[in-house]
Amino acid sequence: MSIDTINNDFADLFEQGKSLLEDNSSKFMNTKREEAVEYFKKLGVPTLANENYKYTNLVPAFDHPYTVDLQYRTVIGDLNELFYCDVPELDTNLVLLSNGWYYNQNRELDIPKGVIVCSLQEAAEKHSEIFEKHYGKYAKPNEEGLVALNTALAKDGVFIYVPKNIVVEKPIQVINLLRSDRDLMATQRNLVVIEENAQAKLIFCDHTLTHNKYLSNTVSEINVAKNAVFDLYTLQNQHLNATVLNSVFIRQEANSNVLTNTLSLYGGMIRNNHYTLFDGEHCENHTYGMYLMDRQQHVDNFTFADHAKPNCVSNEHFKGVMDDDATAAFTGKIHVRRDAQKTEAYQSNNNLLLSENAVINTKPQLIIDADDVKCSHGATVGQMDDDALFYLRARGIHEEEARMMLMFAFAHEIIEKIRVDALKDRIDELVEKRLRGEISKCNTCAIACNQ
Amino acid sequence: MAKEEQDKILNEVTQSDYKYGFSSDIDTDSIAKGLSEDVIRLISSKKNEPEFMLEFRLKAYRHWLTMKMPEWAHLDIPPIDYQDIIYYAAPVQKAKLESMDDVDPEIRATFDKLGIPLDEQKLLSNVAVDVVMDSSSVKTTFKEALAEKGIIFCSFSDAVQDHPDLIQEYMGTVVPYRDNFFAALNSAVFSDGSFVYIPKGVRCPMELSTYFRINAENTGQFERTLIICEDESYVSYLEGCTAPMRDENQLHAAIVEIIVKDNAEVKYSTVQNWYPGNKDGLGGIYNFVTKRGICEGVNAKLMWAQVETGSAVTWKYPSTILKGDGSSSEFYSVAVTNNHQQADTGTKMIHIGNNTKSTIISKGISAGKSNNSYRGLVKVVKNCEGARNFSQCDSLLLGDKCGAHTYPYLEVHNKSAKVEHEATTSKIGEDQIFYCNQRGISTEDAIGLIVNGYAKEVINKMPMEFAVEAQKLLAISLEGSVG
Repeated sequence: MSIDTINNDFADLFEQGKSLLEDNSSKFMNTKREEAVEYFKKLGVPTLANENYKYTNLVPAFDHPYTVDLQYRTVIGDLNELFYCDVPELDTNLVLLSNGWYYNQNRELDIPKGVIVCSLQEAAEKHSEIFEKHYGKYAKPNEEGLVALNTALAKDGVFIYVPKNIVVEKPIQVINLLRSDRDLMATQRNLVVIEENAQAKLIFCDHTLTHNKYLSNTVSEINVAKNAVFDLYTLQNQHLNATVLNSVFIRQEANSNVLTNTLSLYGGMIRNNHYTLFDGEHCENHTYGMYLMDRQQHVDNFTFADHAKPNCVSNEHFKGVMDDDATAAFTGKIHVRRDAQKTEAYQSNNNLLLSENAVINTKPQLIIDADDVKCSHGATVGQMDDDALFYLRARGIHEEEARMMLMFAFAHEIIEKIRVDALKDRIDELVEKRLRGEISKCNTCAIACNQ
Repeated sequence: MAKEEQDKILNEVTQSDYKYGFSSDIDTDSIAKGLSEDVIRLISSKKNEPEFMLEFRLKAYRHWLTMKMPEWAHLDIPPIDYQDIIYYAAPVQKAKLESMDDVDPEIRATFDKLGIPLDEQKLLSNVAVDVVMDSSSVKTTFKEALAEKGIIFCSFSDAVQDHPDLIQEYMGTVVPYRDNFFAALNSAVFSDGSFVYIPKGVRCPMELSTYFRINAENTGQFERTLIICEDESYVSYLEGCTAPMRDENQLHAAIVEIIVKDNAEVKYSTVQNWYPGNKDGLGGIYNFVTKRGICEGVNAKLMWAQVETGSAVTWKYPSTILKGDGSSSEFYSVAVTNNHQQADTGTKMIHIGNNTKSTIISKGISAGKSNNSYRGLVKVVKNCEGARNFSQCDSLLLGDKCGAHTYPYLEVHNKSAKVEHEATTSKIGEDQIFYCNQRGISTEDAIGLIVNGYAKEVINKMPMEFAVEAQKLLAISLEGSVG
């Protein structure tokens, strides 16, 4: 199927499903929806001709007769029973989503008073003032086809609001379970609002529970107000038939501190779009990511740090290990706007290629329009250091084991940036298992599921 | 340093005008404006070309009609009316000249102003100069000395007449006419250029040099250079440009093709100082160049060194295809932009042969309201074992209205490759200037010192004659520099 047919199919879907899409959605969302439909008609699904998608061909992923749920589908069985996160000592506020929809029987959360965690639909109705102040403000449906598509189809997802001066100690863990008896395209839309001086940690996990082909197109908008501290950990662990399109838009106000860590452990095709807008002075941002790919997996990390205001610091580091026929791409853009003086922006991308057929394409870019800045970027592609290998071999460590140790050390540099200890230990363990090939051969979710 | 003083110096720099602006009055034989198949036929017949050349031009023209001007570069170019350009202009010449005295005194005066005493050069600097004045070769020196060794160094048109077999064999093999918009345009209308052939085992005894100048008003200059280096040969080729001041934009689209065979080595150096437009961004040359070399044989070597200070718009990516096992290529570049200049330049290194090596050192210096981008590709194909690349791209910003951008592309399809890229962007450190001031060096001199030191790595790679000119150019472009 050509890209035009795919785009037309979506246009037809908007047309025919209009009443279903608008049903149960707030007026505000529907207005945004209508705008997005028009944008999508212009933009369509991004193709290789789009410079930002030069190394990721989305057409085969979209070229499939997926089912699209326009209404909440009742979940058979109790998801709380069906799935539990077994990370030892990781005490989180667990929120379950089913195919991108907020699960209607989520357990009660242990969160401070005033903090809101609910479905997007509910937020649009009950907390319309906050919702309308932020929804659709940071993601750009007029520039990005996937965002337009998401906004046009979006009905649900998670909404998190942390009011002024509140610190949420327990991380909030949002797990999206893909579970369907048909091949499914899921659309998830999240909105996170962290007010002044507030603090929160969020963990996004994706799991596939059945072997069907999935395409999930997720957009998250996050606003971090003055002096707030926010962590976002994204764990991607699906099966080979899953395509994950994940776009995150973060806006930081003055003196805020944001850390994100995107860990791609498994998945057929993963595309992460990560936008950070520095909309206040003295912001600090750390963007980390790691990808371990083998077989025919493909991962593409696209990041854009938009330094619109002076005196901000951003630090970006992505690392990847590619084995078998895996392919990976990285694009890091740092844009220092005119007058964003005293900006410090660093970016680095390191890759290890383990096999003959593995491929890496990397584009670290600097676009600098101010003069008093410190910016650097670096990218490397290589194999393991022979000297280091020799050092370990000389101490009686078997070659296989020595390689494993070096690879693990390579990945650990990103893992150690996680600010939730239990999660860090768990990821360490997962990565080790993953590198030893123990998990990669298992197609079900890795964090834990009792299926 | 006081803020006002800084501003004052900055003003001086950004307002310093082009010093090589003058135009010489030589009769030119031009054809009417516009581009069509008839114009191409006319160019071809005026140059008395064999049939295959006309066919090549027409094929390129027909292909060009199907293409659109590329828009991906970080450049802001007003639309170009390709029908408003004169595609052929040659200085009127009576007969082939044998000695220096026969050269048009106007032309000689022009070169004297540029500080290139052609006649002295011949004796003193041991440089053979094939002067291209508005597309047609005016004079070739040292031809006989070179001919003795079997080296062919002549204008492209002469080569078409005298060595059609070589032209037919190699032209368009490195940069095919389908390559890009400007390559297609050039292939259709190119007027002249240089041709170099170094036979097997010959080391060219002197630096070969060509000065391109754009002279006649409204003339796009489309030259084409072809360098062929047979096994175990060596040549160092210099290309330098200065152009007189003009108010209207002039289009320049050149092609350079280099073929390097087994164990051969080519050094290609460029100093480009075409008219960059005035302080308000009016006028200036549009420079769209496709330069590409192929290291065809084993252990072939190709080095690019360039100092780019001129042109209103520069769009130039000297590239190397590393096909032969063990071949290597180096790219050294200094690009200076001032006022409203825009430069999008860089390189491509395509690693195909085993154990190929490439080094990229790029230094960008932006001042005024200019934009300076590095855009480069390092590609390692699947069957290329043991490729090694190191890239370093540094940008220096002088002033807060300019931009420095870096767009590296790394495509690695083989695990044995080692590819490294690093880039930094900064301004001249106040501490560095302070250090110099303390030792009695004025701020102006200190900036010159620092910028020259910053670019030294690249300038050192250039042949002596060029290094001197390059340093002069840097000083002129950033005269009395900033803090």
